[in-house]
Amino acid sequence: MTDIEEKALAAEIELLTFQVGKQEYALDIMSVREIRGWSKATPLPHAPAFVRGVINLRGTVLTIVDLANRLGMGRTETNERNVIIVVHTGKETVGLLVDAVSDILAINKTDLQAPPEMSADNNQTFVSSLIIVEERMIRILALAAALPSESMEAA
Amino acid sequence: MSLQILAVDDSRTIRDMLNLTLNQAGFTTHLADDGVHGIEVLDAMSPEPDAIITDINMPRMDGFGFIEAVRKIEKYRAIPILVLTTESAADLKQRARDAGATGWIVKPFEPKKLIRALQMVTG
Amino acid sequence: MSDEDDPMIEIKASFFVECEELLESLQDGLQIMDDGGADDEIINVVFRAVHSIKGGAGAFGLDQLVRFAHQFESVLDRVRSGAIIADRNAISVFFRSGDILADLVRSARDEAVADEERTQSVLKELETILGHDSNDVVEDEIDDFQPMTLSMDLGLHISNDEVLDTPEQFTTDAPAFEDGYTINFVPDSSLYVSGNEPLHLLRLLREMGQLNVTCDTSEIPSLADIDVEKSYLSWTIQLTTDEDQDAVREVFDFVADLCTLTINGPESSGPMAALPPTLPTLPPLTQQNAPPPGEEPSATATKDLGTLDTLSDSTHLLGSATKPEAISSALPVPAKSGAPEISKSVKPRPTVRVDLERIDRLVNLVGELVINQAMISQSVQEADLSTNSAVSDGLDEFMQLTRDIQDSVMMIRAQPVKSLFQRMSRIIRESSAMIGKSVRLKTEGDATEVDKTVIERLADPLTHMIRNAVDHGVESPSDRLAAGKSEEGIVTLSAGHRSGRVIIEVADDGAGINRPRVLQIAVEKGLVPENVQLSDSEIDNLLFMPGFSTASEVSDLSGRGVGMDVVKSAILALGGRVTIKSNPGNGTTFTISLPLTLAVLDGMVIDVAQQTLVVPLNTITETLTLAEDDIRALGPLTNVIKVRDTFVPLLDLGAELGYRTPLDSYTGAIVLLIAREDGSHAALVVDAIQDQRQVVIKGLQDTFGRVPGVAAATILGDGKIALILDPVDVVANADGRTRSVQPNLQLAG
Repeated sequence: MTDIEEKALAAEIELLTFQVGKQEYALDIMSVREIRGWSKATPLPHAPAFVRGVINLRGTVLTIVDLANRLGMGRTETNERNVIIVVHTGKETVGLLVDAVSDILAINKTDLQAPPEMSADNNQTFVSSLIIVEERMIRILALAAALPSESMEAA
Repeated sequence: MSLQILAVDDSRTIRDMLNLTLNQAGFTTHLADDGVHGIEVLDAMSPEPDAIITDINMPRMDGFGFIEAVRKIEKYRAIPILVLTTESAADLKQRARDAGATGWIVKPFEPKKLIRALQMVTG
Repeated sequence: MSDEDDPMIEIKASFFVECEELLESLQDGLQIMDDGGADDEIINVVFRAVHSIKGGAGAFGLDQLVRFAHQFESVLDRVRSGAIIADRNAISVFFRSGDILADLVRSARDEAVADEERTQSVLKELETILGHDSNDVVEDEIDDFQPMTLSMDLGLHISNDEVLDTPEQFTTDAPAFEDGYTINFVPDSSLYVSGNEPLHLLRLLREMGQLNVTCDTSEIPSLADIDVEKSYLSWTIQLTTDEDQDAVREVFDFVADLCTLTINGPESSGPMAALPPTLPTLPPLTQQNAPPPGEEPSATATKDLGTLDTLSDSTHLLGSATKPEAISSALPVPAKSGAPEISKSVKPRPTVRVDLERIDRLVNLVGELVINQAMISQSVQEADLSTNSAVSDGLDEFMQLTRDIQDSVMMIRAQPVKSLFQRMSRIIRESSAMIGKSVRLKTEGDATEVDKTVIERLADPLTHMIRNAVDHGVESPSDRLAAGKSEEGIVTLSAGHRSGRVIIEVADDGAGINRPRVLQIAVEKGLVPENVQLSDSEIDNLLFMPGFSTASEVSDLSGRGVGMDVVKSAILALGGRVTIKSNPGNGTTFTISLPLTLAVLDGMVIDVAQQTLVVPLNTITETLTLAEDDIRALGPLTNVIKVRDTFVPLLDLGAELGYRTPLDSYTGAIVLLIAREDGSHAALVVDAIQDQRQVVIKGLQDTFGRVPGVAAATILGDGKIALILDPVDVVANADGRTRSVQPNLQLAG
């Protein structure tokens, strides 16, 4: 393998792309633990609106975040096709409720673009970078922003 | 191959330290935690140990009792027995001697001195 | 020496653990002595405990500890030899010494420095018992060796190389040796009996330099006259070495008193006549040379020289230094099955030390096993298999096994409360001394086992309760005498298992709670309204209210601001309950009831707004079904219910949790009576009660903050999650709405 090829490999990352609302998002595959079908969550009283509740993940109690709700798109209407992406942020493990999972893409880091500054749009804070794939705009989710770990006041 | 040593002491710490020091010097250790247990372990050793190290103050059967009991048995008459003592009080040494002890090691023991003492009695 | 450091660190850590065990048996022994039941063995146990601590401490150079332990040990040595009688006073000094010893051990362990003043003061007390200024027994070796005058023996001369190899012809004359040491060594018969072996000593000398050994066999009688027990041999050894005389002398350490030994260094001039004169020359003795060569046991030598029996025996031992089999080292100490019963002495049980992390992991896994098993049971039920099927049978057995495993695993973390009670013993000693009262501690059931974490978290509340008992519970000696009681007060600490829980009681035989005074203070502090009617037990419970304190001046002991309310919260946090009972003139008893383990909960499974929740059983006082006229309006939005003679606020759990709006009518509703912190109650409406069961507690992540009213979660048999309620929290934060004005905005997920 040539030096250049090696470098190229190092600059590649794999993304898991998925649908939230009508938009396409993606996550670095390294933070994804597993993908599960949707099962009804036990609600947590007085929790923030985007915290859907908790589910039983093989004997562990897993918190489920309604990503659409979190991103300001209103509450997800769930059906059997919804998917839970179990992500691990290094500090905690959380399940993200999304509409569907699309694909796993290998992309070059150099192709990632910074999102343009647009103060009106709340979604800015949850998108860390953008990438164009086959004319589709895919938003790389800023996981840490989507899952604040400081205590929050009950709604 | 290596020399077999029976070490009898009711303190786990002392047993651990003896074990460590002796193993590092190439000896193989067998441990017991009082006189009665010491006899049991001795009995089970075949062939007999090359030397025995024993504490004096132990429950059930103390060091003196242990040495006397051991010396009563013919085949153990010549085994070198060293007592571990925290004082070098002359009367204690004499009692040990009377019971049949070969020599002594002062606690806290320096590893070099322990090995030296063993060499003095086992060559 | 980093390799050596690692195992030493472990041994050191294990030493401190051993010290705790020794300190415990020291306490036990002293207690028995104090109770008057001591015999020789108990005194020995006490002595050995201090002796062993000293021994280990010396090995690690813990000087402060060694010094104190040495003094303590010296006194105890006199006691066990009968030179000192352990009277009441002495025993109380011993108790204090035990406390100091414990402090020193812990300081050494934590690498801190202990309070020198206290140590010194107790040291002085020990000295006083000794009766004179303690002459510290110096730890240096007493030199047994008495140097004697030089002698030059002439006899058979064996050169260095030949000592241990083949026997040979020998010249008969040896010139005086002036370049090194000349050692004359004449063993007594007793030397051989002691297991010592001249051959070994000669070997050691050989390692030090050039050796010339001459053996004098002139004393050997004819074969017929030989006494096998006697020693007939002596040696003259010429050693050229760089070592100093002390090193040479050291070789003979063990035998110095079993032989006649002279060592002359190179400086000394000429022979001095004192010992056996020079011997006539002897005919060459070939195979009768001693010491016999190590490699080949000399068979003829054995025959001819009876005294060489021991030597050849030892040669045999040496020869077999090349043992064919290597026996594995360090046999594990087996459990002592036939241990003879020693009256009242505490024999440490055979134990295994396990990393706490491993146990926690095991506890978790077992918890999940239980959940898993419940899920399988459920699925089997739903799959509608006939109850006689092999699957059902197998499942029943599986369920039983899981329960058994769970019970066993839960108890692994259990420890006897004894160490905790012994700490309390010390607290009593110190606190009663501090305020000038005479109080002793009695303990019962200290073998009762409780989860390790619970024990640790009980220490503070218990300490406080004990201090309180000494400070407020027990009267002053004069008051006690006036009341016809003994001068010494007694605090009884007891532990036991009752209906699946651990019950711990702290009882004093003091004056009981001064109810009028307590009520007065509560009114003064605004904790209760004036003129309120309270039952005796309600007055007693006022002690648990935050902000309550009977000390008009803050006493040294109880301190400011640490009231019984802190004790109560600590116990509630453990999933326990504490109640108080007082008998005026006779004393007060606090009863603590705790769950056996923290990982499992006895709960009531309830339904509320289509959600299944678990309510901890220890929070529920009663369950009721409401009749219409039990319910009375209080304010525009709130209701109370009548429970016997009192009115209790009505709370709708579904509404409080935000699952739904208040119901239209609560007639026929099922209500849980929850005990609040102040002893009053609240009624919590639930939709249905499913059953009571033991559930495994699963923590909730607090990613998004603590969920109010929810303590944890559990996984039910159907795999669904049920939240575990913290009803006291719910009640505390409730807004109390049980009549709706407008719909609640929170909707269930």
